Amino acid sequence: MDLDALKSGLLERIDAASDLAALEQIRVSALGKKGEITAQMKQLGGLDPEARKAAGQALNALKDEIAGALDARKAGFADAELDARLATEAIDVSQTPRPVRRGRLHPITQTIDEIVDIFGQMGFVWAEGPEVEDDWHNFTALNMPTDHPARQMQDTFYMKGHSGDEGSLVLRTHTSPVQVRTMMSQTPPIRVIVPGRTFRSDSDATHTPMFHQAEGLVIDKTANMAQLKGCLLEFCRTFFQAPDLTLQFRPSYFPFTEPSAEVDVRCDRSGGKLVIGEGEGWLEVLGSGMVNPRVIEACGIDPNEYQGFAFGIGIERLAMLKYGIPDLRTFFDGDVRWLRHYGFEPQLLPSLVRGR
Amino acid sequence: MKFTLDWLKEHLDTDADLSVITDKLTAVGLELEEVEESPLAPFVVARVVSAEQHPNADKLRVCQVDPGDGTIYSVVCGAPNARTGLVSVFAPVGTYIPGKDFTLELGSIRGERSEGMLCSEAELLISDDHDGIVELPEDAPVGTRYIDYRAINDPVIEINVTPNRADCLGVRGVARDLATTEIGSLRPNRARFEGGSGASPVSVAIETDNCPIFTYRIVRNVRNGESPDWLKRKLEAVGQKPISALVDITNWMTLDQNRPMHVFDADKIAGGTLTVRAARDGESLRALNDKEYSFDEAMTVIADADKVVSLGGIIGGEDTGCSEDTVNVLVEAALWNPSNIARTGRKLGIHTDARFRFERGTDSASAVEGLEIATQYILDFCGGEPGEVHVTGDEPAWQKTIDFDFALIERRGGMAVDTAQATAILTDLGFGVDGNRVSVPSWRPDIDGAADLVEEVLRIIGLDALPTTPFVRPDNLPPVALSAHQRAMGDLKRVLAAQGMDEAVLWSFTSSAVARHFGWDDASQSDLLLENPISSDLDVMRPSLLPNLMLAAGRNNDRGFGDVALFEAGLRFFSTKPDGQQPTVAGVRMGLAQPRHWAGGSRPVDAFDVKEDALVALEAYGAPVENLMTDTRDIPAWFHPGRSGTLGLGKNVLAVFGELHPKALRAVGIKGRMVGFELFLDKVPAKKARKGTAKPLLQPSPFQPVRRDFAFVVDANVSAERLLRAVKGADKALISDVSLFDVYTGENVAEGQKSLAVDVTLQPFERTLTDEDLEDVSAKIVAVVAKNLGGQLRS
Repeated sequence: MDLDALKSGLLERIDAASDLAALEQIRVSALGKKGEITAQMKQLGGLDPEARKAAGQALNALKDEIAGALDARKAGFADAELDARLATEAIDVSQTPRPVRRGRLHPITQTIDEIVDIFGQMGFVWAEGPEVEDDWHNFTALNMPTDHPARQMQDTFYMKGHSGDEGSLVLRTHTSPVQVRTMMSQTPPIRVIVPGRTFRSDSDATHTPMFHQAEGLVIDKTANMAQLKGCLLEFCRTFFQAPDLTLQFRPSYFPFTEPSAEVDVRCDRSGGKLVIGEGEGWLEVLGSGMVNPRVIEACGIDPNEYQGFAFGIGIERLAMLKYGIPDLRTFFDGDVRWLRHYGFEPQLLPSLVRGR
Repeated sequence: MKFTLDWLKEHLDTDADLSVITDKLTAVGLELEEVEESPLAPFVVARVVSAEQHPNADKLRVCQVDPGDGTIYSVVCGAPNARTGLVSVFAPVGTYIPGKDFTLELGSIRGERSEGMLCSEAELLISDDHDGIVELPEDAPVGTRYIDYRAINDPVIEINVTPNRADCLGVRGVARDLATTEIGSLRPNRARFEGGSGASPVSVAIETDNCPIFTYRIVRNVRNGESPDWLKRKLEAVGQKPISALVDITNWMTLDQNRPMHVFDADKIAGGTLTVRAARDGESLRALNDKEYSFDEAMTVIADADKVVSLGGIIGGEDTGCSEDTVNVLVEAALWNPSNIARTGRKLGIHTDARFRFERGTDSASAVEGLEIATQYILDFCGGEPGEVHVTGDEPAWQKTIDFDFALIERRGGMAVDTAQATAILTDLGFGVDGNRVSVPSWRPDIDGAADLVEEVLRIIGLDALPTTPFVRPDNLPPVALSAHQRAMGDLKRVLAAQGMDEAVLWSFTSSAVARHFGWDDASQSDLLLENPISSDLDVMRPSLLPNLMLAAGRNNDRGFGDVALFEAGLRFFSTKPDGQQPTVAGVRMGLAQPRHWAGGSRPVDAFDVKEDALVALEAYGAPVENLMTDTRDIPAWFHPGRSGTLGLGKNVLAVFGELHPKALRAVGIKGRMVGFELFLDKVPAKKARKGTAKPLLQPSPFQPVRRDFAFVVDANVSAERLLRAVKGADKALISDVSLFDVYTGENVAEGQKSLAVDVTLQPFERTLTDEDLEDVSAKIVAVVAKNLGGQLRS
């Protein structure tokens, strides 16, 4: 028997098979009990050992080759069948996916988180206090006794039935009463940052009856005005992402600090657009000063041993400057168009380490 | 506080430019608000080099004009007096012409180029003369600004004086501060009349502690006419209307010397006596501002034998004021208790220059000096014979000495300052320095300790001169800045935003009319009302965060954005005590939970959307949500009684959620449905601190879990949560999860009953479950449901 002829005949037939059934027929005719290769195997018994060995090897090789060819052809049929099925399953992937909407965080929240992140790096911790405050914490302890003219500058909201002078209850006009609460409950060294709501009876294009401040307080034995300048310069440069930004300190007056200074950042208004950190102009961003020893004393700390500095930042103002938000009054309207435009995606947690 | 540059220079000897002076004002703490320069500043003295007939117009001339800047300008001019050699006033292109109310442009008139304008006095608004252009003398300096030539160039400076610096509410005080710096020195003060003879026909008695000293004198036979021009000009420049010499002098003393005074027409004082005393209830006065005021006993007045004639230190009375007919004037300079002035002024709503100064604290030693300076002005302007100075009461003890360690300047400022320099600054400011003893001048009641002296030295040196020192933290790494609550609050907000809600920040107050519908009780919580709200719809501290959120959602809906999901974090108020203001989070949703979409799934919001929000937020905050029970017994009145619930731990309610009550919606003007939730974070139990950071070990079972479904028919009032708990409790070791996958009422389920279908996951740990095991646990489940809830397997 010519094995080569057998082989080529079989391979031709496999190649020509049109479906799985035809392929099965070929398998039976070649490898089945009565198949051509099986028949050849049966004849091996009649050969001498040498010849039997050689012919056996050749037959086995042929058998493997034909089995392999059958499998490969079979797999081809399966692939084609799958392809045909998948073709029927096609969809229009340009259709829109099911909507998932993530909400936005208010710029106030984001700005507070940024402020706390930066001051946190400087060792400040976040402190809080009540919004309805008593006269003593909001004014008296901060060196603003009854009838102090600075009280009138603050357009205070009074609570009904508690609007007398001493012992009155007010909506806190600044976050500074938390300075007092902190000093009374902690022992120095103290570094706190106090973001929160504040209230003044004022409402026009640039004032809202509620707004946010972040108060900073440092009390230890050495904190001085030069360090205050360093602290605020570092903050402003980091917050505005303007490494060359410079500050101007103007003497001013707050009853609870002395010296007191208003702080301006360098800015450029020349192009019709405000750029922070360069240019010829100055823009007031915060108030600051060395804590008045009277305040330290009122809080039960020895002002001869301890001293420190404090500052107050207008959070809306900072957010407006950094993010180009034009109108203060829009902050508190809850307009979803505004919130979705100026708000922040929840995963954008500010982090100096990550650089956001 | 306003003054003019020339006025300042009457006290300050300086060569400094205006801009140097204004920069210095800000640098020492007298912040510059504004400098008003004359609108005539661009106009220049110029010579008409030639004037020739315009070729195309009979009445026009073409002039060649030399304004002294090296260029000759061609100007077409219609004035009949435009002639060669005339010295006049020239306005270059770009100048605003006040008399014509336009800005000059480069032009061509009848074919001849015109590069500026020669002006008449009418065009400069300095007279009505418009017959011709200004004619200046032949020798008027060409190139000089016209306002400099005419000496009408005095700019008005406005500064912002902080409340501590009452001494700078007079030009003299401002000059004193500036004289401390390198830009100038202080000139001697105004002339004072020392002398006078004869007693006053009016005597003064003080019957109150609110007026420590009252000094006065008579000046007889005055002629109260108009003030001289220089005084009227300066008063007008700072916005004061000149009235008459005597009145103008008192205003001038206030602005120049920070020494408010008053002049009475002595002949109008009844009974020849003035008494400074507490007002009697109901006494009144027609004041110089033409308004009638009535007083109470806390106020301090000056009265003659018949009536109140002046509200001490605030405003005088009309009846006894000086007029053109005044012949004998009683001049007074007194001191008043700042608190008393402040309270009286506030109560009556009177704002005067005198009140503003007295409530901030004037110079305690200035009364007699002020009286004498004013007397000199009266003699200069009105003539007359001054009587002797009378002093009732005593100068208050203002003397103060401070022990001052000069090293404190470096300790507080962070920069060493030479003691000699610091001493010089303090001395120039009027302090007495004797070694470490520093005495405070009478005009600085604001100075009360060593730290104030440091401030004085540093502000004069300039805060910008201080070094900027790095502010380092004590440790290599910072401490954790956030408390557990603050951190959890941040997590909660970010999780709610991830839920699709936008974060709003809304007022902490709301309308009392609305608040009544959200748990605020008028009677017991009236102290949450504001005494002076900004408007009546923001008059009470919010008892809940929901009403303002609902209002905001409504506003969005009105704008055409009806699918709204908003939340807010803040305080809710149930008392004015610190512990009556508690951290709270609330949210509302309205419209569609999912927008319309080809794949479906669009549906209106419902109570389960906000239940999910509440649970997800509480979990983020760290509440034990696994243990929370849903309850429907104590639902706040502003929620739908059948479609809302509370989430709690026993009686401790942590949250409320569900559909809002139609009445509550009506209260905030909203039609349609809205769902909401409110979380009372103060009610969330503190998490127990875990030791270490390791999570408990994961112990996965090697055996496959098995799931079985059960459908029970129970009474309609049996809550799903009870069924789930009952099933879960049937075999705590084996049942790892139970979930509700179907709720059915209708055909095949009896009236008053419902079918609840649950999917139970059984997780063996010992061995693979056998059919027998499954039968056992199924029997247990069925038994428990039957026993506890009266439920039967649905057949």
